Amino acid sequence: MALKGLDIFKLSPKKNCKECGSPTCMAFSMKVAQGAVSIDACPYFSEDAKAAMSEATAPPMKTIKVGAGEQEMTLGGETVLFRHEKTFVNKTRYAVDICSCMDDATIDAKVAELKHVDYERIGERMYVEMIDVEFDPASGADRYAEVVKKVAGEGRVLILDCQDVDAAKAALEVCKETKPILNGANAQNYKEMNDLATAAGVVLGVHGADENELYDTLAALEKLGNKNLVFNACTSSVKAAFASAVQFRKAAIKDSNRTCGYPSIVNVSKLAKGDSHMQAALLSLFTVKYGSIVVAEKIGYAEALPLYGLRQNVFTDPQKPMKVEPGIYPINGGDENSICLTTVDFALTYFVVSGELERSGVPCNLIINDAGGLSVLTSWAAGKFSSSSIAKFFQEQDVEGKIKCRKLCIPGKVAVLKGELEAKMPGWEIIVAPREAVQLVKFLKDMQ
Amino acid sequence: MPFTAKSGKFSASINTLTMGTGEKAIVLGGENVFPFYTFDAPIANAPKVGIEITDGGLEAEPDCVKKYYEGCTTVADMAKKAATFEGVDFLSLHLEGGDPNGENKPTEDLIKIVKEVADAVDLPIVISGCKNVEKDAEIFAKASEVLDGRNAVMLAAKEENYKNVGASAGLAYKQVVGAESADDINLAKQLNVLLTQLGVDAKSIVMNVGTAAAGYGYEYVVSTMDRIKAAALQQGDATLQMPIITPVATETWGIKESVATEEDMPEWGDQEARGIDMEVETAAADLASGSNAVILKHPESVATIAKMIKALI
Ligand code: SF4
Repeated sequence: MALKGLDIFKLSPKKNCKECGSPTCMAFSMKVAQGAVSIDACPYFSEDAKAAMSEATAPPMKTIKVGAGEQEMTLGGETVLFRHEKTFVNKTRYAVDICSCMDDATIDAKVAELKHVDYERIGERMYVEMIDVEFDPASGADRYAEVVKKVAGEGRVLILDCQDVDAAKAALEVCKETKPILNGANAQNYKEMNDLATAAGVVLGVHGADENELYDTLAALEKLGNKNLVFNACTSSVKAAFASAVQFRKAAIKDSNRTCGYPSIVNVSKLAKGDSHMQAALLSLFTVKYGSIVVAEKIGYAEALPLYGLRQNVFTDPQKPMKVEPGIYPINGGDENSICLTTVDFALTYFVVSGELERSGVPCNLIINDAGGLSVLTSWAAGKFSSSSIAKFFQEQDVEGKIKCRKLCIPGKVAVLKGELEAKMPGWEIIVAPREAVQLVKFLKDMQ
Repeated sequence: MPFTAKSGKFSASINTLTMGTGEKAIVLGGENVFPFYTFDAPIANAPKVGIEITDGGLEAEPDCVKKYYEGCTTVADMAKKAATFEGVDFLSLHLEGGDPNGENKPTEDLIKIVKEVADAVDLPIVISGCKNVEKDAEIFAKASEVLDGRNAVMLAAKEENYKNVGASAGLAYKQVVGAESADDINLAKQLNVLLTQLGVDAKSIVMNVGTAAAGYGYEYVVSTMDRIKAAALQQGDATLQMPIITPVATETWGIKESVATEEDMPEWGDQEARGIDMEVETAAADLASGSNAVILKHPESVATIAKMIKALI
């Protein structure tokens, strides 16, 4: 919650010395409240006053760091409920669960399966970032620590899904350097778990049978001085999980209830055990609505392809269009003799066009221009996709040196460029392609 | 101290809209809260799930869907079968073969199929057009006529043909008029205003405000729906209170994640699972963002999404 100018003024030195550039402390305080200047512009605010202010102006949702080294990642820190208001800052992370009740072979197979999904999409690595290790009381603390140790070196952040204090202690011993999440505090054990988590310097995950118990336990831990927390959405039902994830996020951001302002873990593996398509649906649901970490039984390519695409879309900056790298993209085994098609670097255009080209089965070269990540018509209107920019780009990329074919298709929406391009790029036959990407398959096949 | 959440219930609500007639009729909308926010206020009408078949019949279906329609020889047979699948609330007949840039089937042929399908099932029916605005105007006019009294949905009128579609489907035959715009709250609003100015009852308009497969510019879908629901509920904008219907299948079954065979992409694994999950994950995101109805293709997707809705309401 933002502080009001008057609140800041109360804490100000009241010297009216103008060193900050404002005529009075009051004027300065107003500017600080608006975010126009930093409090540091005044050399006289006391440290205590600053500390009181940073507490009061802290964002409603905590940003929590988990993992170590290359695996370190941040969760939470969101300031809005809807992405059109402002960018969502920390994307949802995904985990696959294993259990100390499984034998080594099963665990190996599950780890291999989750590691199989690892690819790049528009400059972002897509992989299962976390492993959730569930504690099985029947096989005991030693076995749990053994399993945790076994997977600790897999390059994934661990979630120690364990509400047994002894087992949690043993597990932390073997993996605390990797900064796992100790996801084990509940209304009964939170004091002991808090000691363990703070001693090991790891994030503590909090459970509750319902929202009230969850809230009380979070509040009790805050009282003990621990704000390095995440909470678990209720697991009694899908409805309860959704209600707790949404209501806590809303309470934190809209009503400034900081006790709710922690990242969430939603365990869809528990909500829909054995039903892989239902888990896929829930992975998607909780990516759109407020899951910071979603745990599933399995994330293979079937689950991952739509999910990571969705996440990339939802967490993109609404002000900044998604771009692909400009360059030559051979499709269907296109080579130097294959026909060329050109369009803009707006990611959506690229995906739709390349998808249709792939579907046509016709070998070709898709040449992606540097058009500022805008769509065809927008970039054309902005002068970023013009005959000069295309001609220049072809020169820079040495397209003529790399490709022998001299047929170039341009998007139907910029058919007006045909004449100018023919003048600027002698030797090239400029062909006007259809206006819509869906018509490309027929267009290319007809041309053959 | 227990957790107390402030209620997010609004005084405005989404219009209620009935599709179909008789026992199988369904009601969309009516809620005064954000999607699935039952903790703020109960949602009387759960979102609905439709299944899509096309004029192309069995042949036009993806291989993994064909097996569910074994033994069907006509589109009407498929409609009958589709009506028996778990979770199906309504049927969408997608007349894609009408597209002049594609098969360009004559309107009479398509209308014959519409008639046969309508006779075969008593479910609420959606007629999805071929996307060509002139042809669609013709198709919707004739379809509205043969479906007289069925309270069917014509999906959809666009800015270019709203006058024709509004006049035939909305005014002459009192069908439900679909209003399609592409990921822009202002365009959605404008089309609703134009249709109502034409005399179409605002309460019999359903919006398709844009659709995409997950990963394919889906941020526009989420933000458009978020903004429309906020305008409709928070600001009480009556020109945006129409329920939203989202065709999912038409988007997801054409992209490479669903189309590529296992031979093409061995590391991606089973093609059917990919097709279903793409459809299911897109539909779940649509519903979470504000769709009151989704149209899917794979029976497994329909069952899954119907189950998810049930679990959330
Ligand atoms: S520098 Fe500090 S003390 Fe001086 S006028 Fe500005 S706010 Fe007041």
